[in-house]
Amino acid sequence: MLDNTRPCSHLPAAPGVGYKPQHFADIIADARPVEWLEIHAENYMGDGGRPLAQLRHLSERFAVSVHGVGLSIGGEGRLDPDHLSRLRHLCDWLQPASFSEHLAWSTHDSHFLNDLLPLPYTQATLTRIVDHIDEVQETLGRPMLLENPSSYLAFDESTYAEPEFLSEIARRTGCGLLLDVNNVFVSATNLGLDPRAYIDAFPLERVGEIHLGGHDEDQDDHGAPLLIDSHGQEVADPVWALLDYTLDRMGKRPLLIEWDANVPDWPVLAAEAQRAADALAKVPA
Amino acid sequence: MSLTQTRFHDALLTGAQLAPDGLSDGQGRPAGRRFDVYRNNVAVSLTEALEQGFPAVRNLIGPDRFKSMAGRFLRQHPPETPMIMHYGAAFPAFLEAAEPLAHIGYLGDVARLEQAQREAYHAADATPVDAAALSALPPDDLVRSLVRFAPALRLIRSAWPVLAIWRYATEPGTPKPAAIAQDVLITRPDFDPELTDLPQGGASFVTALMNNSTLSAALDTALSDAPDFDLQNMLGLLLQRQAIAAITPSE
Amino acid sequence: MSKTMKTMAIAGAMTAALAAHTNMASAEGAKEKCFGVAMAGQNDCKAGAGTTCAGTSTVDYQGNAWSLVDEGTCAEIDLPDMADGTPRMGSLEELDRDLPS
Repeated sequence: MLDNTRPCSHLPAAPGVGYKPQHFADIIADARPVEWLEIHAENYMGDGGRPLAQLRHLSERFAVSVHGVGLSIGGEGRLDPDHLSRLRHLCDWLQPASFSEHLAWSTHDSHFLNDLLPLPYTQATLTRIVDHIDEVQETLGRPMLLENPSSYLAFDESTYAEPEFLSEIARRTGCGLLLDVNNVFVSATNLGLDPRAYIDAFPLERVGEIHLGGHDEDQDDHGAPLLIDSHGQEVADPVWALLDYTLDRMGKRPLLIEWDANVPDWPVLAAEAQRAADALAKVPA
Repeated sequence: MSLTQTRFHDALLTGAQLAPDGLSDGQGRPAGRRFDVYRNNVAVSLTEALEQGFPAVRNLIGPDRFKSMAGRFLRQHPPETPMIMHYGAAFPAFLEAAEPLAHIGYLGDVARLEQAQREAYHAADATPVDAAALSALPPDDLVRSLVRFAPALRLIRSAWPVLAIWRYATEPGTPKPAAIAQDVLITRPDFDPELTDLPQGGASFVTALMNNSTLSAALDTALSDAPDFDLQNMLGLLLQRQAIAAITPSE
Repeated sequence: MSKTMKTMAIAGAMTAALAAHTNMASAEGAKEKCFGVAMAGQNDCKAGAGTTCAGTSTVDYQGNAWSLVDEGTCAEIDLPDMADGTPRMGSLEELDRDLPS
């Protein structure tokens, strides 16, 4: 377990966006109100070329958060040592302000499934994830943030509620948490829970970063609402309201807008970031 | 009993199977089509990765047939690393073995050309060989020199007009391909891959150098393949495309 | 060709190639301009797809979207059989057999 007194993130408590290469020129010209950028680690694990050249250039001007999507921290097997070593290599040269990953699994045997797959919240899962996070933090030599997933279903065998489960992981490993407020809203709607009760139960003092993204609306077999965390549009109004509720209880945090599908032109993304800036401005320092 | 990731994985990758037992909507009803959200995420995201990686193949066989081939490919060959930018290395051979596409003989080579461009795009940077130092190399040293190419360099040899087909499929207004064989050199001066249709003997020359032949031996190979091989033209091309990282006399 | 003649031929070709090659030593400034270029679509294709941490509401109709019509541009390309004897045309009816059960 790492030293609890070390901060888990050095990102500013200001708006950031998920970096997309098509926005490079706009960001260099005038990124306001965006103050920091997040990248997906796996997109920068090539050996060279434009992706790394752009990242090197951006990292001289902005705080950068490395967000992994492929480590499979919840996997039943051991962590992939090659992938862990690629992460260490990236973090060593980039020296990011934060490193985060997901409460999910994505690799089974040698197959990488390219999705954040769900986990049962049991004692066995907890033990495994704690071991994996210990290994990540020791290998990278830094604390990490763990993000709450979007859920579309529940496991019968679960014995923990999600906030309780994340709280226990953070307590045992010293890791921080990345609170995705849209994921809270999506999961709560999908599983018939109260999103505010989720926030009330969440260990907010461990939160080093917030995510916000857009979702799609669908229905399950019974006509019940089924929200999909698609990151393909503006953040929904009830999610902004849930953000206000959260910030009221927690104070300011680094706040990221994720827009990964149907990526808009920069001004649209910057307008979302401005809405995030306004939400942060309402919070007393 | 707990639901293992093996069962979850298998249910994700097999066609229209029911959701595994042990999953619910959180309120006691079976998960049903909620499980399909994950199945869709896997299939659609990997299909999109292939669509972006193989735009010429997609145009050649049409978007619906491409989607169908991609759906089969991703279930037989899921990615083996989380670096999706490299996904699809096995796609060319898969297309060649796919019976419904057997009448399109060049498809595998077009896919190879697309995969090679992506590899080149993400390859390590290299400083081009220093022209002044190269000029100063005594002729006797030069002939017994080995060439180290930039890591981005790739060579696709084809019995089909693979470059002309690729251009026809990706660049509107390109003339229809003529029935010739083409060898394509992929280089990456700075950041964007460039494709060059090599003259006769060029591919033999480059292949020999890749296999650690000296310049002299590589020239012999090229001349035996194409008696009118133009060495000056070939060297000029390699220098201009920043394809050579070093030229050093062999021991 | 004697060894000396060959040596001189290779050296001559290299000298001429170097002379023609106005060494556009890529200054760092030029590179910066270059790596910021993002021609819509084109560079994305070369880069391949990125990762995602999002889901999709697109439905994958595995098998159902199979199209029997040769709708791509390959139908416009008419090439004679090549040296390896690959037959040029196949029967589109074969497609049915390959559908997943």
